[in-house]
Amino acid sequence: MYRYDEFDHTLVAERVTQFRGQVARRLSGELSEDQFKPLRLRNGLYLQLHAYMLRVAIPYGMLSSEQMRMQAHIARTYDRGYGHFTTRQNIQFNWPELEDVPDILADLATVEMHAIQTSGNNIRNVTADPLAGVAADEIEDPRVYAEILRQWSTLHPEFSFLPRKFKIAVTGAPRDRAALKVHDIGLEIRRDEAGETGFRVLVGGGQGRTPILAVTIREFLPKRDLLSYVEAILRVYNQLGRRDNMYKARIKILVKSVGAEKFGKLVEEEWEQIRHGALTLPEAEIARIESHFAPPPYETRDATDRGFEARRFEDRDFARWCRINLAAHKQPGYTIVYISLKPEGGVPGDATAEQMDAVADLADRYSFGEIRVTLEQNLVLADVSLGEVYDLWRALGEAGLATPNIGLISDIIACPGLDYCNLANARSIPVAQRIARRFADLSRQHDIGELNIKISGCINACAHHHVGHIGILGVDKKGQEYYQITLGGSADENATLGEIVGPAFTYDAVTDAIETIVGTYLSNRRDGESFLDTYRRAGKAPFKEALYGAP
Amino acid sequence: MTAQILTASRLREGDVVYFTAAGHWSEWLSDATVADAEADDLLARGKRDEAAGDVIDAYLVAVDVAGGRLAPLSQRERIRARGPTVRADLGKQARQRLMLPAAE
Repeated sequence: MYRYDEFDHTLVAERVTQFRGQVARRLSGELSEDQFKPLRLRNGLYLQLHAYMLRVAIPYGMLSSEQMRMQAHIARTYDRGYGHFTTRQNIQFNWPELEDVPDILADLATVEMHAIQTSGNNIRNVTADPLAGVAADEIEDPRVYAEILRQWSTLHPEFSFLPRKFKIAVTGAPRDRAALKVHDIGLEIRRDEAGETGFRVLVGGGQGRTPILAVTIREFLPKRDLLSYVEAILRVYNQLGRRDNMYKARIKILVKSVGAEKFGKLVEEEWEQIRHGALTLPEAEIARIESHFAPPPYETRDATDRGFEARRFEDRDFARWCRINLAAHKQPGYTIVYISLKPEGGVPGDATAEQMDAVADLADRYSFGEIRVTLEQNLVLADVSLGEVYDLWRALGEAGLATPNIGLISDIIACPGLDYCNLANARSIPVAQRIARRFADLSRQHDIGELNIKISGCINACAHHHVGHIGILGVDKKGQEYYQITLGGSADENATLGEIVGPAFTYDAVTDAIETIVGTYLSNRRDGESFLDTYRRAGKAPFKEALYGAP
Repeated sequence: MTAQILTASRLREGDVVYFTAAGHWSEWLSDATVADAEADDLLARGKRDEAAGDVIDAYLVAVDVAGGRLAPLSQRERIRARGPTVRADLGKQARQRLMLPAAE
């Protein structure tokens, strides 16, 4: 795991001191809210419906157990005993008081964390495959380059006032677990014909009110050129991106308006000016960063474990959890464990301080002290020995963290919605809870199979509803909450945007509508088909007819 | 004419507050003073208190005053007055003083 160097420590410590002074000046009246607001936003501090909200950056979703314990400490000491993990692999606290925020940031700094660039029109937290470094299908560890991008983008003076916010994701495997195609820049590590690794560069993806899938502007970028090329993209965007209309200010609108080919040409021209300069990555520097992500000291083990297999045979609940919550590890005898933050009736992504402490302890005991946060608002212990999985599962169960529903219908992504968010038009969380309760029967969930439901409370699409297999968008119609449903979206390497199925449903009708959609899938599916397979084969018509009647 | 009240958030804590007839800010919706014709004056007072640094983000909220009880017309403001609908242990509702129709 990356550890701060002297520059990181200095930068973060200085920021804490600066913000402490800014808060003091605001509270004394020396700064007006107009002067202070951009300063607090640059430190991740929003004003939401009920209180301030602090968003803390978790670079590429990686936390040490010590850092997780710090989140528990903040939740317990300064907030209301819980935190909310987000679709950007970050964590948010919903109730901090302004006066306490400098102390929170100081506490975070002691474990090498901060809230810088978790808001504002700058380069946000770089996300990555949550299975980086351990996935069996990985070509190379994307965290190395996510970290290099983090260092380059943090307080980058040229890109601190972009036309709009800017999001970058990196993957190192052919299976896209980081939603590259809905990012401003997506970087996919791949091999060229000579076997050298580099990046496919995608640009111009995004969601919000104008969902667009990213396009490839470079099939192969050598690793040494990563920063100069990304800087060239940002320069073109910074110069040509619209600043007159915030709804047209994202890079996706620019790429669409000038065309991918021309945009790529503009980037190449800009790149020619800077590609041989100071941003070229020295091999020694790549190696230095790589050393922070060296594999942990795995023991040599057989690919299978007799004790593990016996427990799976004997304990049906354990077997069901294993089938859904484990993923293949590249190291024989080890497995990747997903921890669901979607218990029945819970708030998607929320974890109590006690649960965060429990996960930190379990990470220390079973997974080399590291935790990852996923884009789906769950957690991962990435390096668990097969022989210890059963004990881990039992301990997770005691902490209320052993829900066997990863990737199933109750593993719903939901934004905070109108229960917390100042921008929302409708509630998201209670819709998720109602659906999860309707499908609470685990056997039924497992029979339905892989099905991602994503619920956003407004068009900003924080819950990525455009790329949900079933997407739900909350809208306000004359003071009433309505929910528009899209079908067939996907955020993986075969990404598609969902199609609106028909008129929106009321709050009370949306759960029934989801049940109708699921029933239509089950009656139409062929052997082995997932929901998405069936939708792609059968199209929208049978779902529309089931929901609204024959045309 | 729609009845309106003045709301804001306290600078220090971020708590939701309402402007009262006594000229101060209360955390309870039931304490809010209702403006009809003089809503602009009420908003101007909110902006003055913003400038003074007591509150932030002051604005008017449309309410129904039937039966002597104040009920915001929008779901957003009903939730703001009570707390998250998914956590009865959080927000003003947790302190059990507010008498409002349920948000859901």
